[in-house]
Parts: sequence; structure tokens; C-alpha cells
Amino acid sequence: MMRVRRGVAPVAAFVLALVSAFGAPAVPAQGNAVDEIAKYRAALQDGNPAELWEARGADLWKQKRGPKTASLEQCDLGLGPGVVKGAYARLPRYFADADRVMDLETRIVWCMVTLQGFSEADAKKGPFGGPDRKADMEAYVAYVTSESRGVKMNVALDHPKEREAYRLGEKMFYFRGGTHDFACATCHGEDGKRIRLQDLPNLTQTAGAQKAYTTWPAYRVSQGELRSFQWRLNDCFRQQRFPELVFASDASIALTMFLARNANGAAFDAPAIKR
Amino acid sequence: MNRRQSIRALAACAAAVAVVLGCATAPGDAEVSAKAAAVLQSSFKEQGQAKLDRLVQDDTQKTCSEYSGKVIPKDVAERIEKANLASIKWPADGKLLGDWKNGERIAQEGRGMQYSDDPKGPVGANCYACHRLSPQEVSYGTIGPPLYQFGKLRGYSDEMRKYAYGKIYNAEAYNACTNMPRFGHSGILSVQQISDVVALLMDPDSPVNK
Repeated sequence: MMRVRRGVAPVAAFVLALVSAFGAPAVPAQGNAVDEIAKYRAALQDGNPAELWEARGADLWKQKRGPKTASLEQCDLGLGPGVVKGAYARLPRYFADADRVMDLETRIVWCMVTLQGFSEADAKKGPFGGPDRKADMEAYVAYVTSESRGVKMNVALDHPKEREAYRLGEKMFYFRGGTHDFACATCHGEDGKRIRLQDLPNLTQTAGAQKAYTTWPAYRVSQGELRSFQWRLNDCFRQQRFPELVFASDASIALTMFLARNANGAAFDAPAIKR
Repeated sequence: MNRRQSIRALAACAAAVAVVLGCATAPGDAEVSAKAAAVLQSSFKEQGQAKLDRLVQDDTQKTCSEYSGKVIPKDVAERIEKANLASIKWPADGKLLGDWKNGERIAQEGRGMQYSDDPKGPVGANCYACHRLSPQEVSYGTIGPPLYQFGKLRGYSDEMRKYAYGKIYNAEAYNACTNMPRFGHSGILSVQQISDVVALLMDPDSPVNK
């Protein structure tokens, strides 16, 4: 664990420097602030603590666990039992054994239940890490996604249930609700927009969807956690003032299908690192 | 009907049947919307102050979801604006201009109504998330138009105050399917808080108008 601390400390120092730059009496002109953020992002690329989650996930994947004392090595992520390489770039997809469309996290839950004998409730428990606990799910996600780095996104809409998930996900993307009338599209439907100084990807256009989708999961510096795509959706809805999106729910899978498919053709480039 | 006419009628009928079948195999738009709304209901759980009723759309939300990314027909836009205009409650004392300093605090405050927020408050409007206002604040978003010098450019008239108040209270009354929340209508801000934000935009002493 010492390695983590050493790796993260300079990053944290940089964040503090950035924060104090903002708080200084002589407020920098906005152009400078944007430049500083770009520099900060570039500095982050130097070392990515996500590697620690990837390594832990790779190790956990091989461990015999659960009531059946089995590993996840024979988990079929869509390219056949035991094939992890390139699997994430084709997810979500329809799985005949489950007769439904599944994203990565849902499929891992499926394998934990069928191979390792966990109850579904146990397999879905605590999917997001916090200050006091590391989530195994985020480690699994880091490992599996890292095995698709550089692979072109290639999500199919061959099965009717895949097409249905895509269309439902598209509708959900434009669904306005809650106290603030927000939809995903409110913030992610136009080019060149931002919230405060945070740039917002336009997820309705190929370029924006590709850039955003291929850079999740990501190590979130501000949280010191590796965050999965399920987490990304969950936290967007929190800020949208919606109730809580249930982990591995049908809506989460449909939305992921819509966004993943829109990213087709781009090389997957995660786990990434973000502010 | 002669033979040629009846063949033509038959062909037209076959084409009509094909269209109907096509619709049957690929579900229609309204059907997909209804299913998406149902799947959303079953995919969320209530958390803190955010209950599942937040996923039940009113007519404005439902209609605007359907027309998202499309041109809204004029009559539909008028219907939405008329209904929302009728919902605006004006200050009982007729005072539209509150305290701009408090307005600035409300404009800066990003918390409120999220399930992670304290239900007892504070609740802000988070104006800076989307708009440029006071020039001292360089961290502003661009989803909405810049509002720097709002009153100075438009004049400090009663009409403009009234417009600013109404727009914050219920933006859908002026611009159907705008991205802007309906701060008064949806119970995010009180009448007093809205007047304070109006002052931020319309008080000549506000930094917005410097």
C-alpha cells in the first residue's frame, strides 16, 4: 500500500496547488484557469493508480471464492469461457444462457452466482468503494476493462433484445424528470458546453460518445477510487436529482447499451484517470 | 370495379399490411417511450429526499422528452408556455427586487434536492453552473446564455423585473422545453429567494451590472 501513497501524494499536492491558485486574491483570467486545468490533466497522465485496481482484480479473478470455492476464470464474458481479452469492447450484449442483455457488471454478477455460488444479493452488495472499504466489483471491472485497452469498440445490435435495449436507452437519455426537469441530454446534448469549468461531452454525437465512453472506468483523483461505468451513471442521476439508480438494473444496462454502441469504432482507452 | 382496379386495390392493401406488420415487429415510438418510463420506475430506489415520484413526469416533462433534439410544433410550444405561465405565483406585496447579496449566495450554492443533500438545506439555484453572472466569478458554465450586465443592457424597467422573476419562477412559461429548471414552480426556491436572484440581475448596485 505504500506504493499507492507515494504515487498519489504528488497528485494531491498538485490539486492543492490548483485549488490555492483559484483561491488566490488575484483571480486568474478564465483562459489561464482553463490552461491550468489542461496542464493538471496532462500531469495526471504520468502515473495512474488504476493499475493497483487492475492488479487486485486480476488476482481476485483467479482466486477460488464463494460457496462453490471456484474462481471466475471460466466466466463467459461473451467471447467464450475464459476469454477476457477484448471482451469489454463488445459489451453490453445479449447472452443466450441468461436470455437477456447484460453489461460487464451484470455479467460478473451472473458469473459470481453461477460459478461461485453466491446469492444474487450478495454478488450485488457494495458495488462502489468508499473511504473505509474497497469494492471487489470495481477491481474486477478494472481488470476486465484493462484487457480491452486499444481494442476498437464493437457493440452489436444483432439480437432483437439488443436493439430493444438500445432504443430504451435512447429514450431514457432524453427522459426529463425530477425537481429540476433534467435529462441526461440537458448536459450532454450539445457541443462545447460546460458546468462551471467542467467540459461536458456531447453524448449524442459520435465523437463525444467515443471520447467519453472509452475513458471509463477511471481512477477519480478527487475520490481516490477507481470508478466503474455503473458508478458514473449512478452519480449522474444523483446530480440530476433523481432517486438512486439501482446497480445492474435494466435501465442502467439499457443506457450503457445506448452509450457504448454510440462509441463504436473508437479504440477503448481505460481505465483512465480523471480529476 | 374492373379487374385491373381490383388488382391495384389488392396491392395497396398488401402494402398497408406490410406497414402494419413492420410496426408490429419494431415497436412504435410511443410504445418504446412507455416501456422506458416503466423500466425507469423499476430501476430506481428511493434514497433520502428523492422518492420515486420524481420519475413521474408532468405534461411538460413528458412532452419535452418526446421533442428533445427535435423542432417543437408551434401549437405544442404554446400549450406548454400557457400552462406554465398560469402556474406562476407573484409576490403578495408586489416586491420583485430583493437583496442582491443574498441572490449571489443563492446563485453560488450548488446543493439542494439531491438525495445526498440535507433535506433541511441549504438549497441553492446553482446559477453559475450554467450562466456567467458577476464578473468576479470566473468559474461559470455555458449551458445557459451569459447574464453579465443583464439589467444594464436591458434597462431597469418594471417589465424587465417582472420578466426576470417569471423566468426564474417558471422558465417553461417563456421558452417551451428550455433546459432551465422551474425554480418556483417545482418548489426549489421560495418567492423571497427568487426576488433575491432577481435583484442580482436587476439591481443597479449588483456586481452583475458593473
